Amino acid sequence: MTMSRRSLAGAALALCLAAAACGSGDTATPSPAAASDTDLKAALEAGGTIKVWAWEPTLKQVAAGFQAKYPKVQVELVNAGTGNDQYTALQNAVKAGSGVPDVAQLEYYALPQFALAKGVTDLSAFGAGQLDGTFTPGPWNAVRSAQGVHGLPMDSGPMALFYNKEVFDKHGIAVPATWEEYLAAAKKLHEADPKAYITNDTGDAGFTTSMIWQAGGKPYKVDGTKVGIDFAADPGTQKFAAAWQQLVSGKLVAPISSWSDEWYKGLGDGTIATLVIGAWMPANLESGVKAGAGKWRVAPMPQWEAGGKASAENGGSSLAVPEASANKKLAYAFVKYATVEEGVQTRVDAGAFPATTAQLNAPAFTGKEFPYFGGQKVNEVLAASAAQVAAGWSYLPFQVYANSVFNDTVGKAYVDGSTTLLGGLKSWQDASLKYGQEQGFSVQ
Amino acid sequence: MATTRTAKPLVVRRRARGGRRSVVLTVLTGLMLVYTLLPLAWLLINATKTQEGLLGSFGLWFADDFALFDNIATTLTYDGGIFTRWLLNTVLYVVVGAGGATLLATVAGYGLAKFDFPGKKAVFAVVIGAVAVPGTALAVPTFLMFSNLGLTDTPWAIIVPSLITPFGLYLMWTYAAEAVPGEVLESARVDGAGEFRTFFRISLPLLAPGIVTVLLFSVVTTWNNYFLPLIMLKDPAWYPLTLGLNSWNAQAATAGGEAIFHLVITGSLLTIIPLIVAFLLLQRYWQSGLAAGSVKE
Repeated sequence: MTMSRRSLAGAALALCLAAAACGSGDTATPSPAAASDTDLKAALEAGGTIKVWAWEPTLKQVAAGFQAKYPKVQVELVNAGTGNDQYTALQNAVKAGSGVPDVAQLEYYALPQFALAKGVTDLSAFGAGQLDGTFTPGPWNAVRSAQGVHGLPMDSGPMALFYNKEVFDKHGIAVPATWEEYLAAAKKLHEADPKAYITNDTGDAGFTTSMIWQAGGKPYKVDGTKVGIDFAADPGTQKFAAAWQQLVSGKLVAPISSWSDEWYKGLGDGTIATLVIGAWMPANLESGVKAGAGKWRVAPMPQWEAGGKASAENGGSSLAVPEASANKKLAYAFVKYATVEEGVQTRVDAGAFPATTAQLNAPAFTGKEFPYFGGQKVNEVLAASAAQVAAGWSYLPFQVYANSVFNDTVGKAYVDGSTTLLGGLKSWQDASLKYGQEQGFSVQ
Repeated sequence: MATTRTAKPLVVRRRARGGRRSVVLTVLTGLMLVYTLLPLAWLLINATKTQEGLLGSFGLWFADDFALFDNIATTLTYDGGIFTRWLLNTVLYVVVGAGGATLLATVAGYGLAKFDFPGKKAVFAVVIGAVAVPGTALAVPTFLMFSNLGLTDTPWAIIVPSLITPFGLYLMWTYAAEAVPGEVLESARVDGAGEFRTFFRISLPLLAPGIVTVLLFSVVTTWNNYFLPLIMLKDPAWYPLTLGLNSWNAQAATAGGEAIFHLVITGSLLTIIPLIVAFLLLQRYWQSGLAAGSVKE
């Protein structure tokens, strides 16, 4: 069911991206709307209605706060689908030239695709360029390119090791500080309890790219419309694949897909002992895995070299203003309110993990004790990770498509061992490059 | 085409076959029954569990706590009672869309079966061709067309495409050709009845089983419609149940989202109940209509 829906959505997306990437020549070019702070203020006082496409739950409260502050502005918050569903819808709307929202939530990996196709507005015209230093480096680099600022970071997902302390204690396993120790822990745990696994993985594009990112890999080379992918010559990819292959070959990872009901179950009953995942995870554990209350703890992400301090981003979204928006000033005012101004605190209070340094370093934030995590000050670990995100990573300008074929290529390495992770990555690379070529990118 | 009618009653054929029993067939049918009912049983059992019970208990048996009524109440009130809105949307799409589709198919099928006019063969070719094209293949072109008309994200984007059912038309056509004897129409005309009077007083009652069959087909298709609304609608206020339940399910797969699998399951159960009721009530017509459509000569 999920698979068929995904491939359908992928097909529709592919169809529409073809037109979008080649530049939508038939739509009228919107006027470059540069605006100063006073312009924004005037727009807010004049009022109007803006449509926001987002699935992030805390934005409801942000929209309410925004309307309370600017009573003349109406925010229509629409959940047009989670992730890929929304991107398909947005591509379709852009292509059709109608029904495009004024603000759209775009995950960092998806933003370059819309930025390059000129689907979203360069926000530096509104002064977004001056926000340097407001956000942590990971998300801030993810929304910028040589062409401008394509969105403002809403949340971030610096990675950490979430582990089930109860399971670790029961089997006398120490919290792994390096990936070598992590592999050893995986073996020890599964030998002690054949039903328990160090983690789950059935092939997850977001996780794989984040792991390569942390290992210092830079397999994607993107320069405007020139795109190169080379997993084979990338040391980071090699490090990750060599280590992770041992887990996969040894059947040491649970064959459970993330976000499935089985996954939530496994996180609660000790089947899945750790997650290496983004900093937004605490809220999901608290609401979705009540059975795990008191058992989970957070530690820094395992390192490739003992004593290292490298981390990566996993997930996280920006808010962007589509080029076809009729009310960009109001749209930008809302984006700024939600990502830089009062909206940030509203979201943090509701459990979101921010991308702004001010909130991340606030004593009230880092000092907060989480009863779910046995009173641990979880945000201390997570905020430290945010400052250690490895520099120089970039996603493909068609990463949404690439990720949609990950399971057809690398995913095979998890199913029957008919290929290795490296073999799968090679097919993934070929499939991605082929698609890039078809979209008019010059492939190296 | 069946212009020569043979009114051989089906019932007779069925009776002639009856009486023989086969152990193999009984076993196979039994297996089929289990296979078909198992998912329903699963749904029913798991709709009684809380989110925690759902994850912590065996799938085909009850958890310790019985929360069916709590689940139903939560499903109906969650997120400002949006589920009720989706239910009403679905009913609207079904009544107007499937009802309209049945009406159009009946009128057109009757017309094609009982009247001669130039271009009838061309219509036949188009209808047969249209039966072969899956709706999914047309979804994206339809989206672009509706988008140009400014109708996306409105109920019309679901209702208008639902009105067209080539298969229903074809079924009504063959059914009308068989079920309404030309002689009866002739005599009605001789007696001075107008075409409309003939249609409503004489043909319509004869067509009833066929109409119910087409109605059930279109109701099921419209009730379960997923892909068309998925690309047409963005505003959850216009979602049908299928999309709504999917959005609840997807909510578990996002940062900060709340996992509500128990509500997805209870919602699914509530969603299929009207269909089951419709089938039980209209079963008789459905069987005879289907059989009539399939029999030739």
